[in-house]
Amino acid sequence: MSEPLVLGIETSCDETGVGIVRGSTLLADAIASSVEEHARFGGVVPEVASRAHLEAMRPTVGRALETAGVGLDDIDAIAVTAGPGLAGALLVGVAAAKAYALALDRPLYGVNHLSAHVAVDLLENGPLEEPCVALLVSGGHSSVLLVPQVGGEEVTELGATVDDAAGEAYDKVARLLGLPFPGGPPIDRLAREGDPAAIAFPRGLSGPHDPPFAFSFSGLKTAVARWVEGRRRAGEDVPVADVAASFQEAVVDVLTAKAVRAARERGVGHLLLGGGVAANSRLRALAAQRCAEAGLRLRVPRPGLCTDNGAMVAALGAQLVRHGASPSSLDIPADSALSIEDVLV
Amino acid sequence: MFVLAIDTSSAAVSAAVGPIEDPHALVIRTQVNARGHGELLAPTIADCLRSAGVTPAELHAVVAGVGPGPFTGLRVGLVTAISIADARGLPTYGVCSLDALAVADRRVLVATDARRREVYWARYADGRRRDEPSVSRAEDVPLEGCEAMVGAGARQYAEVLGLPLLDGDYPDLRRLVAAAAERVLAGAPSEPLTPLYLRRPDAVAPGQPKAVTP
Ligand SMILES: [Zn+2]
Repeated sequence: MSEPLVLGIETSCDETGVGIVRGSTLLADAIASSVEEHARFGGVVPEVASRAHLEAMRPTVGRALETAGVGLDDIDAIAVTAGPGLAGALLVGVAAAKAYALALDRPLYGVNHLSAHVAVDLLENGPLEEPCVALLVSGGHSSVLLVPQVGGEEVTELGATVDDAAGEAYDKVARLLGLPFPGGPPIDRLAREGDPAAIAFPRGLSGPHDPPFAFSFSGLKTAVARWVEGRRRAGEDVPVADVAASFQEAVVDVLTAKAVRAARERGVGHLLLGGGVAANSRLRALAAQRCAEAGLRLRVPRPGLCTDNGAMVAALGAQLVRHGASPSSLDIPADSALSIEDVLV
Repeated sequence: MFVLAIDTSSAAVSAAVGPIEDPHALVIRTQVNARGHGELLAPTIADCLRSAGVTPAELHAVVAGVGPGPFTGLRVGLVTAISIADARGLPTYGVCSLDALAVADRRVLVATDARRREVYWARYADGRRRDEPSVSRAEDVPLEGCEAMVGAGARQYAEVLGLPLLDGDYPDLRRLVAAAAERVLAGAPSEPLTPLYLRRPDAVAPGQPKAVTP
C-alpha cells in the first residue's frame, strides 16, 4: 500500500498554510500571510487575521493542489491545527477542514500545532530516532519537549516559559529599538553587526536552584528597556546593533543551554529545533556548536519549514494515519488553549 | 437539483438540504447556540444530508447567508460553504441573511442582534429590501414605512423600536433558498461568498512603548 496522501491546514495565527505530503515526502507547502496587515499595529490583530484566513483559504488549497499535482479526490485524509492559537483564526481552518472531510468523505485529524512543529522535521531530515527532545520556540511558545514517538499520541513538556515566549521578547525589544514587526528577522540581521558581549544582559532562570528547563524572558526584556532608556536619558546614542546582538545572545544562550542539558539528562542522542524562532541564524549556529560539543546530533528544518505552515500539519497527520490513530469527530472544537501534551483532539 | 443551504449569521446554527425546486421538501436543522457554530455546523450538515438521503456528490449548488452577523460565527458558515463547494466543484450563491427573515406581504423592519447594544437592520416592502443592510443602535433605526418588525434584534429591543413583533427570530432557510432559487436554476455564475461585516476590525496602532524606569 502506498503512503497516505494528507492535506494539512494551518490557521493558528497570521499565516494561512496548506500543505500536502505523501507519508513523509513533502509535495506542496502553500502559504498566504497577512503579516503586512498587522505590521502597523505592532502585533497580530486577531480579527484582521481571521478575515484574511477566510479570503485565503480556498485559493491556498488550490495552489497546494496545483503544486503537488494532485486533485482533492486523491487526498486520503485531512489534518488541521485544532489549537493552540488565536481562537477566531483557528476556527476558520477547523471549519474548512471539517467541510473538506465531510464533502470528500475522508477522515479528519484535529492536531496540536506544537507537535506539528516537531513532525515537520521528518519531511526534511528523514526518520527520527525516538524518543526525541525538541526545543520549540515561537512568538507564542518556548518549550522543551520529550517526544516518545512523532505522531504517537503522547508528548511530555519538560519545561516552558513562565512569562513571555522568546518570539514575544523579540517583538517587544524590536519595538523599543524602533525596528519593524515581527521583531525576529530585523534583530537577527542587525545583531550580525553588533557585539554579543557588549552588554551583559541577564540569563533568566539560570541559577542552580531554578527549574532546569523553564524559561523566563520578561526580565530580560525589561533589562534591555532600562539599559536603552538610561542611554537615551543621558543623551547618549544607543548602539542599536550591540543591543540587538547582546539581547539575542542572552535569549539563545539560555535556550540552547537548557535544551542540550535536557537531551543529555534524558540520554537522548539528538536535539530537534522547531518553531518560528528556530529560523533565527544565531539560534541555529549556537545550537549546532553546543550540540557538537555535547556529542548530540542537531536536527533543524530549513527556516521556511520552521515558521508556521500547512506542511507541518500534514506531516503530523500522516504520522497519525501511519500509527493507526482514530480520526477526530466532526464536532471537535478549535481549542485556543490546547495543552501541549494533547497531540490529537 | 439538490442544494445545501447554510446560515450562521445569528445565534442559530442552520443548515438545509433538499430540492431547489421545492423549498417545502427541504430538510432543515437549526440549533440555537451563539458560541457553538464551529462545533455544531458540520455535524448539522451531515445530519441534513443523511436525513435527506443525499450524498455530497449529489449536490448541485451551495447557498449561504452572507450576514450581516457576528463575525466569528458568520465566518464558520462561509468557509464551510466555500470549502464544501470547492471539494465538490459546486457553484456558490450568497444571500443577505436579513432577506431570509423578511415576510413577503408585509412592510417590515428586520433587525438582528449585532451585540454591543446594536442591531443589524434593513427595511422591506413586499419582500424587497429597501435599504443597504446597516448596523446601529436600536434608537437610531428609521421606522418610516414599517408596520411590523421581526428578528432577534427586534425582539431584544422591542420597547425601543415599538412596532408589532412578528414570530421567527432567526433566518429561515426556506426563504434563504427561495431567494437564490432563480439563480441556481438558471445556472448563474458562481458568486464569491463575501461576508457583510459592516464593521471594521477593532485595532489601534500602538503609541510609544511605555518607559520601564520611573
Ligand atoms: Zn507555530
